[in-house]
Amino acid sequence: MSTATGKNFFEAASGWKSWLFTLDHKRIGLMYLAAVCIAFGLGGLFALLLRLELLTPTQLLFSAKQYNQLFTLHGAVMVFLFIIPSIPASLGNFFLPIQLGAKDVAFPRLNLASFHIYIFGALFCLYSIFAGAIDTGWTFYTPYSTQSDTSVISMTLGAFILGFSSILTGVNFIATIHKMRPKGMTWFRLPLFLWAMYATSVIQVLATPVLGITLFLMILEVSLGIGIFDPALGGDPVLFQHFFWFYSHPAVYIMILPAMGIMSELVTTFCRKNIFGYSFVAYSSIAIAIISFLVWGHHLFVSGQSEYATMLFSLLTFLVAIPSAIKVFNWLVTMYKGSISFDTPFLYFLSFMFLFSIGGLTGVFLGTLSIDVHLHDTYFVVAHFHYVMMGGTVMAFLGGLHYWWPKMVGKMYSEFWGRISCLLVFIGFNSVFFVQFIMGSKGMPRRYYNYLDQFQPLHAFSTFGTWILGLGFIIMAVYLLKSLKSGEKAPDNPWGGLTLEWKTTSPPPLENFETVPEITHDPYDYEKAGL
Amino acid sequence: MSNAAPVVEHHVAHHFDTAEQEFETAKLGMWVFLAQEVLFFSAIFVAYIVFRHLHPEMFLEASHHLSWKLGALNTVFLITSSFTMVMGVRSAQVNERSASIKYLIATLILAGAFMVVKYIEYSEKFHHGYLPGKFFFGEGSHETLHLFYGLYFAATGLHGLHVLIGMGLILWLIIRSLRGEFYSDYYTPVEMVGLYWHLVDLIWIFLFPLLYLVG
Repeated sequence: MSTATGKNFFEAASGWKSWLFTLDHKRIGLMYLAAVCIAFGLGGLFALLLRLELLTPTQLLFSAKQYNQLFTLHGAVMVFLFIIPSIPASLGNFFLPIQLGAKDVAFPRLNLASFHIYIFGALFCLYSIFAGAIDTGWTFYTPYSTQSDTSVISMTLGAFILGFSSILTGVNFIATIHKMRPKGMTWFRLPLFLWAMYATSVIQVLATPVLGITLFLMILEVSLGIGIFDPALGGDPVLFQHFFWFYSHPAVYIMILPAMGIMSELVTTFCRKNIFGYSFVAYSSIAIAIISFLVWGHHLFVSGQSEYATMLFSLLTFLVAIPSAIKVFNWLVTMYKGSISFDTPFLYFLSFMFLFSIGGLTGVFLGTLSIDVHLHDTYFVVAHFHYVMMGGTVMAFLGGLHYWWPKMVGKMYSEFWGRISCLLVFIGFNSVFFVQFIMGSKGMPRRYYNYLDQFQPLHAFSTFGTWILGLGFIIMAVYLLKSLKSGEKAPDNPWGGLTLEWKTTSPPPLENFETVPEITHDPYDYEKAGL
Repeated sequence: MSNAAPVVEHHVAHHFDTAEQEFETAKLGMWVFLAQEVLFFSAIFVAYIVFRHLHPEMFLEASHHLSWKLGALNTVFLITSSFTMVMGVRSAQVNERSASIKYLIATLILAGAFMVVKYIEYSEKFHHGYLPGKFFFGEGSHETLHLFYGLYFAATGLHGLHVLIGMGLILWLIIRSLRGEFYSDYYTPVEMVGLYWHLVDLIWIFLFPLLYLVG
């Protein structure tokens, strides 16, 4: 098939069918991008509402049950519809084949099926919001979830279906990275984003089915009362927690590993410097993926797990800190003596460095047995995982979005507004969540809609923060959408990046390259590249 | 009869360089997918271990309600079907189309026989009230018997669903073979369904002793 037509992938076909039934990984990536951004907006709206309720110590807008429904929907939408597919399915889908030098992913039809399954699952989740809004918390813990009169079945069925979308993406990416590498693209010439995507895919394939079967058993429990998780029928509710976290802890790394991959891309491009310790950064992704399967028990420290298991899980949890810290230090050292340009994507890189470090370190606190017993189920935990998930994953997602936006749509966004919005997001985020560490350490329990008067100043501060954060995102949505219409035309390589996506046009042609570039050096070797 | 249809030549998909790369990629993808399948069933096996440990006597009693003879018959059906599947793949690989089709039809019949036996077993359980959870009304000396049947129906039900999906896939292979779409240079779908079918067989080989042969 000739690609030397000068047409980019937008111009290659038109009409809604050319999108909804496309086999082009770039179009599928963009549809995923739109879908996860809508999910993020919806989850964000729930967050704004529930923080509004927490402005005062007593009831303001919602009843206790409505509050429970709000935080459940916030969690479920953010986890299953936004953050799990966020980077892999959108940016990963778009850039994995291009960075590899391939024309498409290994199984384009499977890729499309995965998107259709995502939409199908999302419909169940949306239905669940309107048909009795689930109130169990996004973790669906039994026995409450089997007794709740809210829409437990439709939401868990939605998550079950979404799981298959995630699995199929993982299968596709693993096969693509193994088998679609062109000549010269050895494993150790892979951009680090691809190593991260590979590690992510392994977790997606091996952990997600366990969530699938767990939710399947839970649906049987709710509908047929099979009793596996019900102590009244001789079952074991803690077994549900084990099953759930056997997926959901590795899932945390499904969320953070792709983000770490983006970080490696950003630091090299915006510092004009080869990555410090390529193989350490690459292997640490694999190490995180492996250890991630061995730490689920740290969610069960106070659930009646045996003391020996608890000690072992605590130790294993500390181990995850090692590869994570290797990455952070390597990025830091890469910056040393680099020629740094502070464009918007790099500002998100810096935000990640600050916020993820705080999120990661507080994770070590929580992995420590004696401390966790006190901090368990407090706002300290809420602040910790938001620092990792939002301070880490969302910041890197936004960094990647700004980094690759010109390549994806062929238009530049306003750099000025990009920086302003990044600043607002950074300030807003810290205002919302830093005070939650303080509240948590003083004993404020999570998931309560009323609280003692003494916490009001901190709660109010946190709520004000959500407005700054919201403003930052609204500005971002406006300038990004505006750039589609009136943005300057993007050059092929606006940031001076070395990986293959910068060697094709913006936006790329249908099969990604007019001619596949020859791969003769390491992905970030600025000296050999003569730049 | 089937040899009447001319060979329909396969074109390598645009994003692959060679037919070999295409085949190897499909095979790797299938293995990765099968790893996913193993993990999918794993939680049921873990639940089995936990509950058997908690209620060993009850499991012993419950397994006596199951007919090991019917279970063994089904095991024979599935193992034989794995053999006919292998022969089906092999025949496609060496261009013996009509043999391949015959083996695939044999596989389909054996899979159907498995489902018939399963139906007989299920209706007997339904009749005696050996049902999961709140539907349980069977006789027995352990009041947690329903837990065993919860696991039994979840495990064999999911496995049965896999058999049904496999039957659909084998039927699809037979139709495509009749059209002459598989030959020595292209038999990827036959190979892939074969891999899937062996996994379905393998899962049953674990389920059979765990559920039927406790005592």
